[in-house]
Amino acid sequence: MEIPVMVGAGLVVIGVGFGIGKIGGSAMEAIARQPEASGKIQTAMLIAAALIEGIGFAALFAV
Amino acid sequence: MQTKLSLKPITLVLLLITFVSFGQHHDTKSADNTHDDATIDKAEERKQYINHHLKDTHDFTLFSYTKANGEKGHIGFPLPVILWDNGLKIFSSSKFHHEEAVAEHNGNFYKIEHSMVYKTDAAGTITYDDHHHPTNVKPLDLSITKSVFMIIVTGILMLLLFRGLGKSYGKNNGIASGLGRFFEPIILYIRDDVAIPNIGEKHYKKYMSFLLTVFFFVWFLNIFGLTPLGVNVTGNIAITFSLALLTFLITTFTAKKDYWQHIFWMPGVPYLMRIVLAPIELLGIFIKPFSLLIRLYANMQAGHIVLMSLIALMYLFNSIIGSSLSFLLSFAISLIEVLVALLQAYIFTMLAALYFGMASEEHHHEEAH
Repeated sequence: MEIPVMVGAGLVVIGVGFGIGKIGGSAMEAIARQPEASGKIQTAMLIAAALIEGIGFAALFAV
Repeated sequence: MQTKLSLKPITLVLLLITFVSFGQHHDTKSADNTHDDATIDKAEERKQYINHHLKDTHDFTLFSYTKANGEKGHIGFPLPVILWDNGLKIFSSSKFHHEEAVAEHNGNFYKIEHSMVYKTDAAGTITYDDHHHPTNVKPLDLSITKSVFMIIVTGILMLLLFRGLGKSYGKNNGIASGLGRFFEPIILYIRDDVAIPNIGEKHYKKYMSFLLTVFFFVWFLNIFGLTPLGVNVTGNIAITFSLALLTFLITTFTAKKDYWQHIFWMPGVPYLMRIVLAPIELLGIFIKPFSLLIRLYANMQAGHIVLMSLIALMYLFNSIIGSSLSFLLSFAISLIEVLVALLQAYIFTMLAALYFGMASEEHHHEEAH
C-alpha cells in the first residue's frame, strides 16, 4: 500500500502548525512575564518560526 | 508640501487601475457564462490565468479581456527582447503578439513556448521529445522581461529615494525631510536592532550596505507584487537564488579564521564528535542560504496563489454571495500579505545578518566553550 504524497505533506503541515503555535504561545508567556524583554523575544520567536516554516514549505513543494 | 500634492494623483491613478482591471475581469466573465458546457474550460482558464500570472513574461500586460468579436485584447506595453543567437538580436516583444505569434527578425524566426524563446521555422513548428520537452534550439535569452523591468524600476526608485534622503541631511542641518522621515526610523531599526545585535559593534559597518539594500529591495518588490501591476518578482526562484547567492558569497569571503575552525574542527567537544560534526557543519554552509531562497520564494509564491484563487472565487460562484465572499476574503488576505511582505524582507535581512555575524565572530579561546 502506498501513502499518497499529499497525505505526507498534510502531516508535515500539521506538525509545522503545532511547532509554530508552540513558539508563539511560549513567546506570549515570556512577554507577559518580562514585558521589557519583548523586543528580544519577538526576534527570537520570528527566527525560530521562520526556520520551522521552511520545512513546511519544503513539504508543500514536494507535492 | 510638494510631495503631498504629487502623491495624491498617483494614488488616485493606482486606485483607478485597480477598479478598471478587476471590473474588466468581471465583464468578460458575465459576458460568456451563459454556456454551461464552458464550465470545465473556465476552471482550466482560471488555472492557466493564475499560472500565467506567476510566470515571468516578455511583455508588460496589465490585463487582458475578450472583445465582442471573440478576440483577445491586451492593455500594456511591449518590452525589448535581447537574444544571443550567433550575434546579438534585439527586437520588440510586440512581434510575439502576446506569446501567440512567430516573431521574425533578420530572417530568423522565434516563438515563445512556456515563457521560453525557441528558434523555429517560418511556420513556428516546435518539436517535442518523449518527455514533452521542446527540442528546438534555445537561444541565450537576455531580454528585459517583466521581472527585469520591475527590478530596474525598483533600483531607480531606491536610488532616488535614498540619495534624496542622504542629501536632505546636508541641506536641513542633519534632519531628514520629506519621504525620508518615513524611511529614517526603518534604516535606524535595521542598524540598531538587526545589524548591531547580530554582527557586533566592531564589524557591522561593512555589512550595512548589503543589509539595507536587500531589505528595501525585497520589501519594495513584495509590495509591488501586491499592486495591480501583476508582477511576481520575489516569487521567482531565480531572483531569490541570486539574493541568497550574494549572501553566501559575502558570508564565505568575509569569514574569519574562527568561522572555519568551528566548521572543520569544532573546539570544546570530544575528538570523535568533531569528526561527526565536520560534514554536518560543512553541509550547513549551503543549507543556510538555501533555506533563505526557498523561504522567500515559497512565501511570496504561496501568497500570490492564495490571493489569485480567492479572486477567482468570484467567477466560480458567479453570484452576489460569491462576489462579496471573494471580496472580503481577498481583502483580508491582502492586508495579511502587506504584513508578510514586510515580515519576509525583515526575516531575510535578519537571517543574513545572523550568518554574517557567525562569519565575522572572533572568539576568545581561553574560555574554551
